[in-house]
Amino acid sequence: MAVSGMIAGLFRRRPMVADRVAAGLLGLGAVVGLGGAMAAVASPAAHGLAWPWALPWGRFLVAVDGISAAFLFPTLLVPALAGIYGVGYWSQQAHPESAARVRVFLGLLAGAMTTLLVARDAVLFLMAFEAMTLSAFFLVTTEDGKPEVREAGWVYLAASHASFITLLAMFSALHALTGSFDLTAVAPGSMGLGTRSVLFLLALVAFGVKAGVMPFHVWLPPAHASAPSHVSALMSGVLIKTGIYGIVRVLEMLPEPPVAWGVLLLLLGAASGIGGVAFAIAQHDVKRLLAYHSIENIGIIVMGIGLAVVGRATHAPLLVVLGLGAAVLHVWNHAIFKALLFLSAGVVVHATGTRDIDRMGGLGRALPWSSALFTLGAVAICGLPPLNGFVSELILYLGALESLKVPEVRLGALVAPVLAVIGALACACFVKVVGSVFLGMARDPTVRPGGEGAWSMRAPMLILASLCVVLGVVPVIAFPALDAAVASWMGQPGAGDLPHLREILPFPAIGIAVAVVGAVAAGLWWVLTRAARGGQIAGTWDCGYPRVTSRMQYTGSSFGRTLVDLLHPILRPHRHDPVLAGAFPERSAFRLHVGDVVFERWVLPLVERFADRCSRLRARQSHRIQVYIVYVVAATVGLLLFLIDMREILRAAAFK
Amino acid sequence: VIDAVLHVLVLLTVPPLLQGVIVKTKARFAGRVGAPLLQPYFDLAKLVRKEMVISRTTSWVFLAGPAVTLTATVSAALLLPFGGMTAPVHFAGDLILFAYLLALGRFFTAAAALDTGSAFEGMGAAREVTFACLAEPALFLGLVALVKLSGSLELSGMLAPGIGMAWGRAAPTMVMIVAGLFVLVLAENARIPVDDPNTHLELTMIHEVMVLDHSGPALAAVLYGSSIKLFAMGAILIQLVVPVALGSVLLDWGVFLAAMVAFAIVVGVVESCMARLRLLYVPNLLVGAGVVTGFGLLLLLVG
Repeated sequence: MAVSGMIAGLFRRRPMVADRVAAGLLGLGAVVGLGGAMAAVASPAAHGLAWPWALPWGRFLVAVDGISAAFLFPTLLVPALAGIYGVGYWSQQAHPESAARVRVFLGLLAGAMTTLLVARDAVLFLMAFEAMTLSAFFLVTTEDGKPEVREAGWVYLAASHASFITLLAMFSALHALTGSFDLTAVAPGSMGLGTRSVLFLLALVAFGVKAGVMPFHVWLPPAHASAPSHVSALMSGVLIKTGIYGIVRVLEMLPEPPVAWGVLLLLLGAASGIGGVAFAIAQHDVKRLLAYHSIENIGIIVMGIGLAVVGRATHAPLLVVLGLGAAVLHVWNHAIFKALLFLSAGVVVHATGTRDIDRMGGLGRALPWSSALFTLGAVAICGLPPLNGFVSELILYLGALESLKVPEVRLGALVAPVLAVIGALACACFVKVVGSVFLGMARDPTVRPGGEGAWSMRAPMLILASLCVVLGVVPVIAFPALDAAVASWMGQPGAGDLPHLREILPFPAIGIAVAVVGAVAAGLWWVLTRAARGGQIAGTWDCGYPRVTSRMQYTGSSFGRTLVDLLHPILRPHRHDPVLAGAFPERSAFRLHVGDVVFERWVLPLVERFADRCSRLRARQSHRIQVYIVYVVAATVGLLLFLIDMREILRAAAFK
Repeated sequence: VIDAVLHVLVLLTVPPLLQGVIVKTKARFAGRVGAPLLQPYFDLAKLVRKEMVISRTTSWVFLAGPAVTLTATVSAALLLPFGGMTAPVHFAGDLILFAYLLALGRFFTAAAALDTGSAFEGMGAAREVTFACLAEPALFLGLVALVKLSGSLELSGMLAPGIGMAWGRAAPTMVMIVAGLFVLVLAENARIPVDDPNTHLELTMIHEVMVLDHSGPALAAVLYGSSIKLFAMGAILIQLVVPVALGSVLLDWGVFLAAMVAFAIVVGVVESCMARLRLLYVPNLLVGAGVVTGFGLLLLLVG
């Protein structure tokens, strides 16, 4: 029954003529699908459907277990909200040339992601993966008139196909070894450690590219910056999580992981986490900055999975529950607050017409709703109480401290200081964004902010914001889904011998405590505001200087400068210092630009060298169709010879 | 229950006294009589009664700064054990809530500073969040080491008198943790050698410069909050250095409060004997504190 709900959700998302119909159908599909996912959590036995099809390989095999269900929640929720937001943000009137395209591919993308999560057959999985990649490509290149958008689209397409080919290799190898395309757990003892490790590494690279794990993240920042904001929200919130789902699924299939896999994941996660937030601080483009924060949060999630793998390898169930529980809960939380941040940033971009933080300022006055909602999202993404980001980080910290008891990975506890660095850097970064976009005075008089936009844009943000609060105060409502995911990851659906998350900490009491903190703070704020009502209104006091102008404010660049200087071995900033010389110095300015080090220093030179090598093949290009036909015939004959058993033919000839 | 009430009472009333003790110590070192010990209380009472002056560039964030910071600091301090008592609120993993509540306060203080659009306050906010990035890992390295030493995930267990045994088992680690934490306490509470709490108009200020525009009751909330923060972070050090439980409630409180006064005198002595560091060297100091605590943790994990 769960599955029929899912499939109904899937195929009803066909694009319609009008914005509203499309958004309504997306929402309806999401509601049906969410009902199905909840049913799957409630009754833990796997529900499945299998249909044969006419293709030579694979079959239509779908099923929902705990892992699928846990990932389905954000994957169904965010596209529906993004669709509603799109009615106001990318309407038919404002964008007659591309509105239909965005609607069509938004629906396709949502359907493809849902199929991917329930597919239990490798061929179906790969088809959904490719459908997802292509529809996301057409969404990223919505504004294909701009050269930087086209470039971002190509980088994304190339990276996704590199990921697809690796995945194809992994599943082919798996098929060769097990003789089946089913995505089910491999019997323990049927494969050597070396074979399993090769499969794991292939999967890690393929899904790492999709998830944006550093150093495979190069496609992510430009693609997120170029897409329309609700598409960025969808990509950052759920599309990259399909990579995480892939890693979790493959780890579920491969039996008896060694501790080394967990340590590798911990290292990759730490690199992604610190690297992502470090690059984020140096950005000027608000959407690029948010994209780098996605890399950071993926790092946090991967560290959680790493702890879970360590726990599974050393038979420490508590570590598995804490690590995987934190990872899956952070998948939800990140989907919620990152979608909120991208949607409210979308309002800002819509209202000002620029993405440059250093040209904004004081927008809180023109956009009171979006500024409050963005601030809430910023507090959540920094992992601060009383919002949802804190809960998943708390569980992850507990996992890190729990690993002190595992003698094989004594340094696993270092996850805690790493998380602390990430948290502090994220705080610095979001103080910078909130401060320079919404607070203070306007920096650029040419930027005249428009209004908030329609209610169809505000309502999805309000829903996401209230989810941030609800999951922060009563996280217990998410725990059945997390426990189900952990149970099916450990291959024991419904088994009672794993510890339950709700029994580890007194979460309801903690929730009440942080809610009281929030309420007291709000009360104190109200008291102070009342006290201020009778006070004087004056200009900002700038140490006696009477003519304060907006240009004297700290800009986002100057705010981040000390940190960028401290981090320069990682960031390699291109810096332009002001030159002040002579009695009458000329106009000069300070500029700080940080490119993507991995892309500029490693990927680009490598690709260029490869392209250079390939250009030698151009000598074979004669621009005559006859020659090309010869190539085609030769290739076909070659393939046939490869497939046909030659001895068979010789024997047949001998018979004659 | 009586313990909890006493805990809250001490927490709410004693902190400004520490500021008085520090000022008195510094005055004595300079050969002056100094302001009365209770001066901080008089200052707070005066500020609460005063009128506020608000900048016209500010929004709701400006007053949310002091409100959130004060609340978060008080709640964080409720998680700490004082003397031989357990804290009023305690659960496994409360050390993380403690650190994150302080971070919540920092987020809103810095945002409120940026809300004024002033160059000075932007500078202070940028420095505050930058140095926090260096201080947080040091704090967590110390906390992880304490978890390992005490075998408890609660602050009330980690800082219980039982931690005294650790001085016998792992004295080098304890020395390193205490040294690192002392540097952190000075840095986080805007004391010399990182920051100078006496001046307002210096370009090298960090914490004080962020609250230049706050006045009246809002400034009172800021000052009260920072005295509670100093008290709370000092209490962590005292619990580690003077892990005494005499069995009698009154005696325990007496020892604890006497130790806190001694801590304030030490801070005063440090401020009298040292100059403020050049701002460029502050990161070195904080990273140094992190390295020292990290080395202490490594000794535990590898040894």
